[in-house]
Amino acid sequence: MNLNRYMNILIPIIAVILGLVCGAFIMLISGYDPIAGYSALWYGIFGEPYYIGETIRQITPYILSGLAVAFAFRTGLFNIGVEGQVIVGWLAAVWVGVAFELPAIIHLPLAIIVAALAGALWGFVPGFLKARFKVHEVIVTIMMNYIALHVVNALIRDVITENADKTEKVFPSASLRSEFFENMTDFSRMHYGIFIAIIAAIVMWFLLEKTTKGYELRAVGFNHDASHYAGMNVNRNIILSMVISGAFAGIAGAMEGLGTFEYVSVKGGFTGIGFDGIAVALIGGNTALGIILAAALFGGLKVGALNMPSEAGVPNELVEIVIALIIFFVASSYFIRWILLRFKKEGK
Amino acid sequence: MLQALEIIIPTALFVAAPLIFTALGGVLSERSGVVNIGLEGLMIIGAFVGIVFNLTFVEVFGKATPWLAIIAAMIAGAIFSLLHAVASITFKADQVVSGVAINFLALGLTLFLVKNIYEKGQTDRINMSFNKMDIPILSDIPIIGKIFFSGGYITSYIAILAALVVWYVVYKTPFGLRLRSVGEHPMAADTMGINVTKMRYIAVMLSGAFAGIGGAVYATIISRDFSHATISGQGFMALAAVIFGKWHPLGAMGAALFFGLAQGLSIIGGSIPFLKDIPTVYLLILPYVLTILALAGFIGRADAPKANGTPYEKGKR
Repeated sequence: MNLNRYMNILIPIIAVILGLVCGAFIMLISGYDPIAGYSALWYGIFGEPYYIGETIRQITPYILSGLAVAFAFRTGLFNIGVEGQVIVGWLAAVWVGVAFELPAIIHLPLAIIVAALAGALWGFVPGFLKARFKVHEVIVTIMMNYIALHVVNALIRDVITENADKTEKVFPSASLRSEFFENMTDFSRMHYGIFIAIIAAIVMWFLLEKTTKGYELRAVGFNHDASHYAGMNVNRNIILSMVISGAFAGIAGAMEGLGTFEYVSVKGGFTGIGFDGIAVALIGGNTALGIILAAALFGGLKVGALNMPSEAGVPNELVEIVIALIIFFVASSYFIRWILLRFKKEGK
Repeated sequence: MLQALEIIIPTALFVAAPLIFTALGGVLSERSGVVNIGLEGLMIIGAFVGIVFNLTFVEVFGKATPWLAIIAAMIAGAIFSLLHAVASITFKADQVVSGVAINFLALGLTLFLVKNIYEKGQTDRINMSFNKMDIPILSDIPIIGKIFFSGGYITSYIAILAALVVWYVVYKTPFGLRLRSVGEHPMAADTMGINVTKMRYIAVMLSGAFAGIGGAVYATIISRDFSHATISGQGFMALAAVIFGKWHPLGAMGAALFFGLAQGLSIIGGSIPFLKDIPTVYLLILPYVLTILALAGFIGRADAPKANGTPYEKGKR
């Protein structure tokens, strides 16, 4: 048995377990009951149809933001700007949703496409700067996040509305709201977006694994110089990768704008969807299936945590700590890998 | 015009101080070859410790409380940054990812503790802070004295002093030479007998200490309490200042002062005649746009320390 082959699955699982164990310790030290805390968490995810619906609602944008981060990752880029791309996508989707009256068959896809384009534009800037001026994309994307936040707030206040803090609701023809899911899940905000997210995951898998362009993008990620030598246009691939990554993020924003909230409001801070996407992509091993599973994990943790204060008296921020620790352990996988290999050797 | 400067410059100094401290931390860490995206999280820790210490011990220490709170924050920041050091230096984790984890962890942990200690989402406001002061003699200089040396906070002046000290240490001492060599060419440094790992640990912990001070100064003077929104982006601004300032302590200070100016303008822009007509959003995004332009080389190219972001492995070519 080749242990290395199983590492990619083992490391995230170990990281999750370690994260939860550390979370239990923190609860214990701070005087809370970890068993009560975690069972409240569990109940908050699966306990009632409403919770299940809300969990799936939360998973939807996480899948897409995870795909966005992972797509860039696979091509050797680190897109911390998913957050900003989500914000502009959210705004763009709602803008189309409130500004036009069209038949649903055109309106909804149009709103999603425009959101994808807005996210793509926000990804194009760091991609272009990286390709043209060799500027590190991490810093540019962080800056682009803040620019998105402030610009979107200003647009909501001064352009779309007249000094209001949030827009009108989008027309029903652009909404993802689902009566069927509402009835099934006791009026949770679960919407049709989950199908879009899963389709997007399939699209990413197909694009990267089954097409020539995807092969090229991955090759650039592995080794710029070798790809260049093989006759690939490295710069164009860098830009393309950031644009596609941004488009996924833009659609994640559309899920919030057309599904969960159906409006966009002035934000005092970031949504967290983009940053959590980094965690989702890392845990998911940057593969489409892995991301769906990781998004389910994080969506569950986030929604389930809301039940912790009322039922077990544990602050819901505990889950943020657990998520942070999971990222930490995955990032330090060198250490886990080393221990596992050592364990294996001694077992022989 | 003169009156406008008398408002803008002290505001800029006041907003810039936390950025200067934190950016100096960033310079030290990145000079040693460790990228520190976690500055934001380290500032959060500093702000939290600064406020909690202040609230808890104000009865005991009285006037000395804000100073001691900043020292406590400095120590807490240094300790917390050890996580980043262990992950990125010893475990050879991706430094950017580890930094992101630091940011998440700091926010989650502090809010968890705030709820645990105060049973609500934010702390009470502190009553004991620093007072505005005039610097003796210098504030009596006509015009300049009024603009630069009166009505400021002592922390702003200490921040500028700290930048000079860090510059001296990085460029004029053997320690600074070792620090830079570890960031430029760790293998050469190792060959010369410099302990790369130790230098990097020291640098990262110094960055934690400085960012802790930055966070505490921000919380003590500007926000005066601690909640989820106390530190929202100042750490990233400081990181931008590091790059904008070309990884040079004085450059970082200049960039931080400039960002402070831009932020100061957006705070008080409405009360100044020739700025009233500019929508605040332009002033809000100015520092970020300028950083991008600077990076793209329009304001002069600067190269990061060569080994920045790469873990050092002995014997690897």
